Amino acid sequence: MMTDDAGGAGTVVDVEFPLDEARARALRAGTLVRLNGVVYAARDAAHMRMAAAVDRGEALPFDLRGAVIYYVGPSPGSEGRPVGSAGPTTSSRMDVYAPRLIGRGLRGTIGKGERSAAVVEAMRRHGAVYFAATGGAGALLGRCVVAGEIIAYEDLGPEAVRRLVLRDFPAIVAIDAEGRSLYDRGAP
Amino acid sequence: MGDIREIDVARIGEALVRCIERASFELDRDEADLLAGHAKRERSCTGCAILGQILENAAVARAERRPLCQDTGVAVVFLSIGQDVHLAGGPLDVAVNAAVRDAYARFLLRKSIVAHPLARRNTGDNTPAVLHVRIVPGDRVAVDFVEKGGGCENMSRLAMLTPADGRDGVVDFVLRTVRESGGNACPPLVVGVGLGGSFERVAHLAKEALLRPFGEPAADPEDRALEAELLGKINATGLGPMGLGGDTTALAVHVNSHPCHIASLPVAVNLDCHSHRHARETV
Repeated sequence: MMTDDAGGAGTVVDVEFPLDEARARALRAGTLVRLNGVVYAARDAAHMRMAAAVDRGEALPFDLRGAVIYYVGPSPGSEGRPVGSAGPTTSSRMDVYAPRLIGRGLRGTIGKGERSAAVVEAMRRHGAVYFAATGGAGALLGRCVVAGEIIAYEDLGPEAVRRLVLRDFPAIVAIDAEGRSLYDRGAP
Repeated sequence: MGDIREIDVARIGEALVRCIERASFELDRDEADLLAGHAKRERSCTGCAILGQILENAAVARAERRPLCQDTGVAVVFLSIGQDVHLAGGPLDVAVNAAVRDAYARFLLRKSIVAHPLARRNTGDNTPAVLHVRIVPGDRVAVDFVEKGGGCENMSRLAMLTPADGRDGVVDFVLRTVRESGGNACPPLVVGVGLGGSFERVAHLAKEALLRPFGEPAADPEDRALEAELLGKINATGLGPMGLGGDTTALAVHVNSHPCHIASLPVAVNLDCHSHRHARETV
């Protein structure tokens, strides 16, 4: 659960997934967080398929309501490890798909880099959060993935949809559900 | 003179496998020193935290043998082949791709190559590599390997400027490229800049600039001055680690120039992320 102290400099807030709207709306841009619980790994090719499924009115590989998607394609894990390295990929490539998924209950996304105005607007309207993790810290972040399995689109290889369990995964609230963004220049 | 040295292509393959392993799991020592220095000076708390994570990541990668980054890239291979070498034992490109296939499977690196840019079926073994060959004096073969991630490659740009655009135009284009890359290219960056040549040559110059060791300035004095000016201006943008604000946006700028046409001023900016994975061996 989230602690009450949501945000003085240097404090780190624990966030448990799945997220409900109230807890999502309580998070503030700039807050350092430790993420725990289930996320779904999906990137370019998986989003293309999921968006096509949504457009055809078909079911998705997982329930979007309250879910969090991590934009990642992990490297393979060695014996006994669910993944090898698992850092974020560039989120903006998924901007074209994200509003449709947020409109259907997706509560959060994890990635790196800025989001489009359309994504931020969908996040404000529906109460979703965007977390940024450190790109290129794949070994460190891979260690925070404690379980994982492919649940759909296995033929996509590194782009298959995976159900991952995170433990103490370090990130920062980069854009909150009020639309405040750390990427807005002019902010200190 | 006149003696021809025979080298089996399998030996080049073995050297490449060792380069891939080293680049994937070991952060460049000079880079680690640079990062530690910046971490002391960085004024943004978030920036400091990120620089700390990058250094911790290098320790985890080594201790737990996890790749530095899950994006183990497209395998870019530069071979500088001495003109007194005879390559034996089969086709060179077959040996290079066999080495990439072997290394990516053996070291559990991610396979990130699709066979056609539109059909997008994953080849499953990270081949084919991007292979650049050049003939140089001597009887040795130098293998330079770059493991190039997609995030920073996507934010790289090329422009055909005009002579009137001049130096200011070049500085402006490089700064714009870095600003627009935001956090996508995973700053702090290593910035490779190609200047001159032709359309295809300038991109090659920019990529080659990434091979240069940290702290080694350009041979040409004009390029050297440009490197210093660009590094200062890039770090004054305030973009910072992962684009979340701070003083540390680039670790180095390397400029490589080449003569060009009277009508042209080609410039290419090849961004590399802080996970600047490269290795070299000579056979």
